Amino acid sequence: MSKEEAIEVTGTVLETLPNAMFQVELENKHKVLAHISGKMRKHFIRILPGDKVLVELSPYDLTRGRITYRYK
Amino acid sequence: MLDRMKGPVLKTRDELAIMDRANRVVLEILEILRGIIRPGVTTAQLNAVAEEELAKRGAKSPFKGYAPMGLPPYPAVVCASVNDVIVHGIPNRAKLQEGDIIGLDFGAILEGFVGDGAITVTVGKVTPKTQFLVDTTRECLDAAIDECRPGRHLGDIGAAVQEHAESRGFHVIRNFVGHGIGRRMHEEPQVHNYGRRGRGIELREGMVLALEPMLCEVGPKLRHRIERAGRDGNVDDVRTDADRWTARTVDGTMAAHFEHSVAVTGNGPVVLGK
Repeated sequence: MSKEEAIEVTGTVLETLPNAMFQVELENKHKVLAHISGKMRKHFIRILPGDKVLVELSPYDLTRGRITYRYK
Repeated sequence: MLDRMKGPVLKTRDELAIMDRANRVVLEILEILRGIIRPGVTTAQLNAVAEEELAKRGAKSPFKGYAPMGLPPYPAVVCASVNDVIVHGIPNRAKLQEGDIIGLDFGAILEGFVGDGAITVTVGKVTPKTQFLVDTTRECLDAAIDECRPGRHLGDIGAAVQEHAESRGFHVIRNFVGHGIGRRMHEEPQVHNYGRRGRGIELREGMVLALEPMLCEVGPKLRHRIERAGRDGNVDDVRTDADRWTARTVDGTMAAHFEHSVAVTGNGPVVLGK
């Protein structure tokens, strides 16, 4: 099968930005600009500073990500 | 697309028995195809035979109509990958020639479970170098199978393949991976054919992995890309035809592919369908 790659890492939300964007600090202390996945947006999963989230990073641009899960 | 956060599905003994039957269908039909391969036969003919044999056994094809992520539906029951085609060659009316190698990747759905396997067959007499590639790829699969024991890691499989392939001067295709298999053809995890020992998830009893090392000869373009990528870097080693399926080596060099569905059990690796 074809390789499907998005690097998944957990991080903590530092601050909320306009347009459903967030500054997220990853486990490895990197800070990335992450947007919320469409599915989560659709289901009104709210994300607040301090939340632990799962972020998908594109291998092409490691400074941007996509929040795919908010841990309870 | 793989489901996220949904680790590998462990199979019960009963489910493994069904998967064994599904894979037996796959291996039987692959052997039938191997038997009719000779110069002059077309890959479309092989596909027709495979389709007929599937129907005879009351099995369905997981390949035909398979359309992941916006790709056009795959039109055949078998992938026939000739020479520099690594995988996903669509059967056509071109005749096989003496000296060709053909990778046959084939699957069957039986009683709700998927079997998946692949072989590479030589057509008539091939050059010693090509034969060496085919033999080495087969050995890589055996090395991978031997790692399928509880407590080993996914990275052990990749490392075993990579070490053997590279010791023989071949390149392990990075853009394609093996996969978990069960009720669906592609389950978690993805099984990379390269990597480092001890990395990746730990293998557990009840996992079933479709291991599919793909190797190719290294041409100048590929050599350049490998050098640029370094030890753990990703190498873009595939060229895809306009049909969006057929995947070729970047230099047009030969590629070989073998695959088995393997169960991780307390008694060691079990090649399903054997």
